[in-house]
Amino acid sequence: MIVEAEAIYIGLAVVFGLFMAWGIGANDVANAMATSVGSKVLTIRSAVLVAAVFEFAGAVLAGGAVTSTIRKGIVDSSLLVDQPELLIYGMLASLLAAGVWLLIASKRGWPVSTTHSIVGAIVGFAAVGIGMEAVKWAKVGTIVMSWVVSPLTAGIIAYMIFSSVQYLVLEREDPLERARRYVPFYMFLAGFTIALVTIFKGLTHVGLDLTRAQSYATAAGIGLVIAIIGKIFISRIKVDPDAERAFHYATVERVFGVLMVVTACGMAFAHGSNDVANSIGPVAAVVAIASSGSVGASAAVPMWVLLVGGVGIVIGLATYGHKVIATVGHGITHLTPSRGFAAELAAASTIVVASGTGLPISTTHTLVGAVLGVGIARGIAAIDLRVVRSILMSWIITIPAGATLSIVFFYGLRALLG
Amino acid sequence: MVSGYNISGIFGRSPVAPLQQHMAKVRECAAELVPFVQAVLAQDADGILQHRGRIEVLEDEADELKKQVRLHLPNSLFMPVARTDLLEILRVQDRIANRAKDVSGLMVGRRMVLPEVFGPGFLQLVERALATVLQAERSINELDELFETGFRGREVDAVQRMIEELSTLESETDSIQIKLRESLFKVEDTLPPVNVMFFYRIVDLTGELADMALRVGARLLLLLAK
Repeated sequence: MIVEAEAIYIGLAVVFGLFMAWGIGANDVANAMATSVGSKVLTIRSAVLVAAVFEFAGAVLAGGAVTSTIRKGIVDSSLLVDQPELLIYGMLASLLAAGVWLLIASKRGWPVSTTHSIVGAIVGFAAVGIGMEAVKWAKVGTIVMSWVVSPLTAGIIAYMIFSSVQYLVLEREDPLERARRYVPFYMFLAGFTIALVTIFKGLTHVGLDLTRAQSYATAAGIGLVIAIIGKIFISRIKVDPDAERAFHYATVERVFGVLMVVTACGMAFAHGSNDVANSIGPVAAVVAIASSGSVGASAAVPMWVLLVGGVGIVIGLATYGHKVIATVGHGITHLTPSRGFAAELAAASTIVVASGTGLPISTTHTLVGAVLGVGIARGIAAIDLRVVRSILMSWIITIPAGATLSIVFFYGLRALLG
Repeated sequence: MVSGYNISGIFGRSPVAPLQQHMAKVRECAAELVPFVQAVLAQDADGILQHRGRIEVLEDEADELKKQVRLHLPNSLFMPVARTDLLEILRVQDRIANRAKDVSGLMVGRRMVLPEVFGPGFLQLVERALATVLQAERSINELDELFETGFRGREVDAVQRMIEELSTLESETDSIQIKLRESLFKVEDTLPPVNVMFFYRIVDLTGELADMALRVGARLLLLLAK
């Protein structure tokens, strides 16, 4: 019966996967791009363009590891050898649950995490629909731990990056000269880190197979190219005496603005590698089971499935996301590029490293951790801890919500399709 | 809350610009004292009322700004400086405007006519006091640069120099006050005693105005010390 229903299952998975990816593009991307728009480095139009290109690239190039964690890391499929369709219903239910929960939360204005919704949903259907023993609790424990560790790590990295900016540039007698000199190094760092992690994770699925030395060389090359292009743009920045009189660091900040374009791309790439992969994992699971008829198949994630995620996110951006980016970006005032870049660079590297190890972490929470890190280095004029608390609370609420919805959908789908 | 689903909400409104706007308003209010005292010296009744009116309006506006700043500084804000220190700066700034209002109010209320031995000296005191207020405003205008550098390095040195300058200006008002009291003491037997009492009083109040300006700087130094 699996083979007959194959087309229906795959069709539903693609539709639900697109739905969730659309939701991510429509809403979640705004969080990744908002800091750049808020510090007036990117216009809305260019933010949407950067997001579309780099989210897509992140999902396709670096989304594989998280995809496979979601696909087969949480549920112990060996218990389901006799009933592979249960796993299909579950994955479909999880996609629908996460998508619906994202939609409800966005309408209500609650800060929720796509990652937490999908992990909660999968754990929910597996634990209740199949049985407690069907959940790989050790792996789930690791994932939950990573939700605590990733904002902390990003916070510490952001603290160190911003402190280095203070020491190298801001507190000196000649901050502008120093900014022109050191900003290309940070650009190199951003390009090198993200490229290296992406290459190490493996690009075999796009036909690239590099040795260790080649990987380092390629990453360094990418970093260098970015730094050189950045240096050209920086050398073109002229001092605006009027702006300088009102605020002595106006030109320094414009130099950091060039750097922030780079970290904004990195942030979109990281978000694509992590969050888009969340919506694609269950699709990949359904496709693998439906087309092979068994749960044991260890086929690689097909390229077209990754493309579905990339396309979904771009549609989400085009239809609705640009409005949300505008709203969120305008809400952020007083975040200057010298801070914004530090937070983005720290968050993007943390997320890409986590994605590389297959851990689905929350982009928003990691970015919030990074912002707090800059704040602790006395970098941000005012952080509203009430809002930070409400974002942290959403961790706790989203998991049972995703789980409950997915349990309901699981029984519903089983009754309908079974 | 509309901004719930995004991270823009975590960036609170920076207290810097509102604090600077309040200081600008306070300086405007204190600056009106100079034409006001000139009008008193010229015994120009219209001018006196007009400048007195301006001072009252500006003091009200400063009060309103003060309330706004307080409303936007909830204690859930995490800032590079202590919230209480910022509120204290705000309070001291506001007292400068209050003193300007007290001095002008007292002079109008008692329909003061300043004797030749006292009047020009008092105008000089008011001008000097205003110079301290201007210097305090200059220091407060460095707050955005201080936030930018994270309260470290050359900007801290620059602000410290400004506050030393402020301190010098304030001691000049002190010595003018001493001279004024001396000259007043020499002639006080020839003047109506109640009037003399209030001449001493407006000298004290103007001195306090300069003192408040210095205290704005001292509070700013406290921010740097952390």
